[in-house]
Amino acid sequence: MKQTEFLNIVLPFKDKLYRLAKRLLVSTEEAEDATQEILIKLWSKKNKMESYNNVEAFAMTMTKNFCLDRLKSKQAGNLKLVHSNYTDASTSLQSELEAKDSINWVERIMAELPEQQKMVLQLRDVEQYEYEEIEKLLDMKPTAIRVALSRARKTVREKLMEKHNYGIA
Amino acid sequence: MELHNIEKLIEKYFEATTTVAEEEKLRRYFSEDDVAPHLEQHAPLFNYFSKAKKERFTKPVPLKPRRNYLKWVSVAAIAVFMVGLYFYQPTPPPVTLADEYTPEEIESAKEALALLAMNFNKGTEQLYHLEEFEKTTNKFLTKNN
Repeated sequence: MKQTEFLNIVLPFKDKLYRLAKRLLVSTEEAEDATQEILIKLWSKKNKMESYNNVEAFAMTMTKNFCLDRLKSKQAGNLKLVHSNYTDASTSLQSELEAKDSINWVERIMAELPEQQKMVLQLRDVEQYEYEEIEKLLDMKPTAIRVALSRARKTVREKLMEKHNYGIA
Repeated sequence: MELHNIEKLIEKYFEATTTVAEEEKLRRYFSEDDVAPHLEQHAPLFNYFSKAKKERFTKPVPLKPRRNYLKWVSVAAIAVFMVGLYFYQPTPPPVTLADEYTPEEIESAKEALALLAMNFNKGTEQLYHLEEFEKTTNKFLTKNN
């Protein structure tokens, strides 16, 4: 397989890999490293790639496994600190920023979700995958996916309401 | 848009029973400015998803450079190895007398050296007289002083 062919296959979904990695690892740098790692792995498997019927799903599963491994590994100890990646909300022009801020809250709230809910929410609401695809990617039963998704959505809604009611001033 | 419809969709959304198309409809509704006030609380959620989808992986796809680099490293390593092999001269194993000469030759050489040493010793014995001579000259010299 030539490089251009490989790129044609990989480029359409490389952002999805990155976003999933970032959702799980939170840190931008970590996510970039993970994505590069996955792309290198894919490239080294390029000869077998023609036999996969869905390269994107395969790559997404790889990303998921890779990130979960990262989180489990010792190195992940460093990842706990990355909450400082978020921009500080207490800047001036509060009212103008408020609308934008509540969008950022969602990111923060999502970061607190359990990994499985994070992934389901990411794959469904951000990447708009169909349920059957998510089933394959995450190796979950359809009902489990719906439960996780519903729970994740409701949690985000509740937390978002809390923030709205208390305000951030 | 039919507000009632949207409300229903939101309800379905939180039960995770909406289809992808319906969720897209919700996202589109909340991306517009005229969101009904009592639904506004959900806007950040849907707007965040739209925003999150725009995030891009900006690093280059790391295939070509790394591969080539590795290839050239191996080429360079082999080149260095060949040059080293070319200029490498093994230190010769220490040569012993037994390797170079036959035992007879060694024996005769030993004899010759023994002969030489004997004569040499005779010569040094002769030198002893010279030493006596020097002693006596020294006596004279000290007396004169």
